[in-house]
Amino acid sequence: MVGRARAIGIRLAQTVPVLIGVVVISFILTRALPGDPAVYFAGAMADEASIQQVREALGLDKPLMTQFVLYVGDLARGDLGRSLSTGQPVLTDLAMRLPASLELTLSALILSCLIAIPLGVLAAVRQGSWIDHLCRVLVTAGVSLPTFFTGILLVYVFYYLLGLAPAPLGRLDFLYFEPPRVTGFYLIDSLLAGDLETFAAALRQLALPTITLALFTLAPIARMTRAAMLQALSSDYIRTARAAGLSRGKVVFGYGFRNALLPVVTTLGMVFSFVLGANVLVEKVFAWPGIGSYAVEALVASDYAAVQGFVLAMAILFVTLNLIIDLSYALIDPRIGFDTK
Amino acid sequence: MTDATGIPTRKPDGAGAHLIHVLRENPVTLLSFGMFAFFLLQAFFGAYLVPHDPLATNAANALQPPNWTHWFGTDNLGRDVFSRVVVATRLDLTISVLAVAISFVIGSVLGAVAGYWGGWIDAVLNRVLDTIMAFPLFVLAMGIVAALGNTVENIIYATALINIPFYARLVRAEVNIRREAGFALAARLSGNSHFRTLAFHIFPNALPPMMVQVSLNMGWAILNAAGLSFIGLGVRPPTPEWGIMVAEGANFIISGHWWVALFPGLWLMLAVFTFNLMGDGLRDIVDPRRRT
Repeated sequence: MVGRARAIGIRLAQTVPVLIGVVVISFILTRALPGDPAVYFAGAMADEASIQQVREALGLDKPLMTQFVLYVGDLARGDLGRSLSTGQPVLTDLAMRLPASLELTLSALILSCLIAIPLGVLAAVRQGSWIDHLCRVLVTAGVSLPTFFTGILLVYVFYYLLGLAPAPLGRLDFLYFEPPRVTGFYLIDSLLAGDLETFAAALRQLALPTITLALFTLAPIARMTRAAMLQALSSDYIRTARAAGLSRGKVVFGYGFRNALLPVVTTLGMVFSFVLGANVLVEKVFAWPGIGSYAVEALVASDYAAVQGFVLAMAILFVTLNLIIDLSYALIDPRIGFDTK
Repeated sequence: MTDATGIPTRKPDGAGAHLIHVLRENPVTLLSFGMFAFFLLQAFFGAYLVPHDPLATNAANALQPPNWTHWFGTDNLGRDVFSRVVVATRLDLTISVLAVAISFVIGSVLGAVAGYWGGWIDAVLNRVLDTIMAFPLFVLAMGIVAALGNTVENIIYATALINIPFYARLVRAEVNIRREAGFALAARLSGNSHFRTLAFHIFPNALPPMMVQVSLNMGWAILNAAGLSFIGLGVRPPTPEWGIMVAEGANFIISGHWWVALFPGLWLMLAVFTFNLMGDGLRDIVDPRRRT
């Protein structure tokens, strides 16, 4: 147990330089703004004196190192600056919109795991059969799909042609009221409020963007599951298990699948990074009020504080997630010590 | 390269024979090379071959469905979608080729130096790469373009930067395992400088896996650039570019004008598909064992 605790400590320590790097990069991004931010913030009518005043107020007249220390201090207090377009602190804006993005991302990941993992396992177990070929086609086609384009196609087919899906305009139709905010996840909140009608409405809005994102993440998960399963099934302990007369299900799932899980979980971490990027595009297509569309609006309005806040928040989210994944290895595979990495 | 098939009696030795064998075994790879040629043709000559001026507007002729004069229909300003899709090929390919070339060169240099000399250079490089990889890459690209300014060059730099870690890591690994190899030591003994040994004896061994990476990366770079212009970064209207055309078409899909967004999206998808297939095919040629 002591060894395990030490390994976890080492893994936590490894996150520190990366976090420092993330903060440095986001500081550089903030200071690399085109033009002089002081002129920008002072407004169009400003004269030389008021620009100087703004510059001092923003701390831009100080040396770069001092600015960096001030920046880190602000971050430590959770101050990401104030958005120009909404007038709110960036952190408040992000916190308001994060649940929308997370609801979309998580349901997409769950959906694609539900399809991709069985598909990959089947493709590996019946190698060379039609399901294996189907898996291969899906994998190559899936990585070639531009998410924003699949989203638009789905809208055309299911909204315009078939009329099955609601208009791609956000999380809930105008007819319904938002459920009382507990978690910020509409599906969970409406269930908590016992409002099944709102739940169904939210689910209908969620369906198309979720499918769009899931199609995009299907490919890497299925590919990795298949490869990992193939490797696990060709190893000696599987041969032994078969020779010992264990049932097929026990061999495939009890021994093969359990050993194939580790690379699959690693891939999930990588896929999450892609999804966070793809979220931005999908949210724009479906007018989804998450942090991705917030960042796009901020970009269009040249609202840099909001953009930088978004980039930093995404990076921290992603680093934390990778940390959790690495730590969860220990649960899946008790042999893992972190120093092997 | 030796003949990996193990049937030397029927086939002549050499890389060429292996290439022909792989292409015959896997017609999909052949198809991908054909499609690649098709896109190259459009990039080089598309602008001279298209039937209409991609920028010419004609309000009287707006939102026409595909017909014999306008094969892919017309958009909301009456511009010919087919001409715009074909002409856009050059810009999209240029962005991704330049981005991949920059990350190839910088990644190679950094990875080779770190892999050959190791030590603190290696440690620093690894931490820097870790930091870049700590960002969701598309989000980092957005941030870079926002900070540097909204131009096509900056899209290229941003795409290049987020791809550097992949190349640097690959080269570092390939160089590192050959640093003490017999042929490298022999090259040093016969009077080559460190630089010459690294550049002309060790580094060329990393090229085959690099080519696979380049091909897979090209598709990804195109997607990345199109995604950035889809959200309004980089390329500006009325320049024909696939991402921006899909974005413009998205406004009309709800009213049933599918052709404005469908064709540029289809071309984008085909281009990415081509590079991915080619990457898989190249992997078969370079390393027959790693077939998936």
